[in-house]
Amino acid sequence: MQEMITANRLPDGIVVFLDAQGGWTEDFHRGAILEEAAVRANALAQAAAAVEANLVVDPYPIELELRAGHLAPKALRERIRATGPTVRTDLGKQVEGFAPTVAQRG
Amino acid sequence: MYRYDQFDAAFVAARVEQFRDQVGRRLTGELTEEQFRPHRLMNGLYLQLHAYMLRVAVPYGTLNSNQLRKLAEIARKYDRGYGHFTTRQNLQYNWPKLQDTPDILAELASVEMHAIQTSGNCIRNVTADHFAGAAADEIADPRPYCEILRQWSSQHPEFSFLPRKFKIAVNGGPHDRAAIQAHDIGLQVVRDARGDLGFAVYVGGGLGRSPFVAKKIRDFLPERDLMRYVDAILRVYNLEGRRDNKYKARIKILVHEKGEAAFRDAVEAEYAANAQSALSLQEADIAAIRAFFTPPPLEPRETTSARIERRRAKDAKFDAFMRANVVAHKISGYAVLTVSLKPIGAIPGDASADQMDAVADLAEDYSQDELRVSHEQNLILPHVALDDIPVVYDRLASVGLATPNAGQISDIIACPGLDYCALATARSIPVAQRIAERFGDGARARDIGPLKIKISGCINACGHHHVGHIGILGLERAGEETYQITLGGSGDETASIGQITGPGFSSERVVEAIDTIVETYRAQRADASEQFLQTFRRVGMAPFKEALYERSAGSDI
Repeated sequence: MQEMITANRLPDGIVVFLDAQGGWTEDFHRGAILEEAAVRANALAQAAAAVEANLVVDPYPIELELRAGHLAPKALRERIRATGPTVRTDLGKQVEGFAPTVAQRG
Repeated sequence: MYRYDQFDAAFVAARVEQFRDQVGRRLTGELTEEQFRPHRLMNGLYLQLHAYMLRVAVPYGTLNSNQLRKLAEIARKYDRGYGHFTTRQNLQYNWPKLQDTPDILAELASVEMHAIQTSGNCIRNVTADHFAGAAADEIADPRPYCEILRQWSSQHPEFSFLPRKFKIAVNGGPHDRAAIQAHDIGLQVVRDARGDLGFAVYVGGGLGRSPFVAKKIRDFLPERDLMRYVDAILRVYNLEGRRDNKYKARIKILVHEKGEAAFRDAVEAEYAANAQSALSLQEADIAAIRAFFTPPPLEPRETTSARIERRRAKDAKFDAFMRANVVAHKISGYAVLTVSLKPIGAIPGDASADQMDAVADLAEDYSQDELRVSHEQNLILPHVALDDIPVVYDRLASVGLATPNAGQISDIIACPGLDYCALATARSIPVAQRIAERFGDGARARDIGPLKIKISGCINACGHHHVGHIGILGLERAGEETYQITLGGSGDETASIGQITGPGFSSERVVEAIDTIVETYRAQRADASEQFLQTFRRVGMAPFKEALYERSAGSDI
């Protein structure tokens, strides 16, 4: 199972993803893809530390899946978080180029 | 409208600075999220799917032009150029930064607004019918009572940590436009045999996962005892309401489990025990608050307008607007206009900053500087002279807000749903958009007549689906959005909870299902004057069920 850690950034609430360097990125494509249990545990520990450091709030892992050949969040809720409102395609990550490659609209 | 006195201004200003300090301490880490969350919620600040969300109170749905302009300015300066009017007459910003919220609250305070008690287990914004102070059929303006309750309940030490949130609505006309029977307390303004003002008191209504129509526990409560009686209800609830289970903590569960009679007895006993309470309103107190809501000085005018008639004769769209969006005012020669925030295919309740400015200008120029927000997510211009309606209409049309669909099938209530809300299980807005596009605001919609569709994106029912003539509840099943349909709900004086048709429908099929329901109604109605709800109540669920599940391909879930 492939996962990614997501959270909301404390000062502005924007959705972020844990990257491979232990930082937080707004860009889904730059989020670290977690496959092994040990890597996942380490990522969760980094996320907890980021909460302690007042960088992010409410981190949690999301499940990923291949959609038309590209990795995207499996749950519609998480695809919308990673993309922006489906009813306002002029807002959110989808206009900044940060959204998953296959943005689920249906 | 009510104007802050020195105490109000100092109180709101102090809250802004208190929150500024709390935000500062959160950003430096002095407060953990767990410690901070109750503070931000008590100031209306949520964390939603994409960002923070700030819910601004619009007390009993009343605004002046300056306030709406300030809401527009905040939308531009601190948010993304728009706001969302909610089913509790509030306004939500979807993208504020935590670090900006103290400044936003300070800006709101500069026009006598705030976000206090728009969240948390306290007494929330008291709502009122949206034609308050203007409708021809009004018994009395409900807003002075709302303001009295607002002052009494603001930071009330005994009622700031209730078992659960608490919502009060007051309706001033014979027809319930405030959905009072779907509230924790619903107050219907009435007059007794002597002509004295008072209230019929309803308690224990609510939607969510356990919907109940409120029970009427008193036919007549004298006006002076408003606070004393509401206080008695709150005291019984605060003491006996369940705190062991969040889902059983609303007063509706207490009324249901304790029984209507026993609950009424407990309230009456508490009320009687406090007969000497300082909460008894003095005539002067009521008069002082009522004075803030003195009707604008409108000179009666001709009851008809040649200008309107000329325009109607040549402009079918304007004629449709007059039929759907204009209702009688208490002063002859004036009207109450509904500004539909449901343009066909748009997001219900959303208004851009430019649209807010345009409506604010119209209120200033043509409606005595007054506006209302309706729980149906529309704006109201309450005092428009008949002769001015054509120009108001043209100016509304220039900003895309002259949709002639108030009360019709495309005037849909929809919660933000999964496009914005952290609690949602399915999207609401796209379903509302597709239904509006299917039926439009033209001849077909007019033939269908008054029909309230209400859509919620989860069982918390912010979209009031239980009391929609057609209710739609979005759920998630096996990773897919699915929509359960209810029929026969009503939020008016004949309040009822809708009945589930049967298995739900996929996102692809739900609009077709609504079409099937509408066509079944048209086939079943006694004549064109029989409205959807009347037909449903006469013929029952059977023909709709048959059409949905037997004659057509049926549910696909």
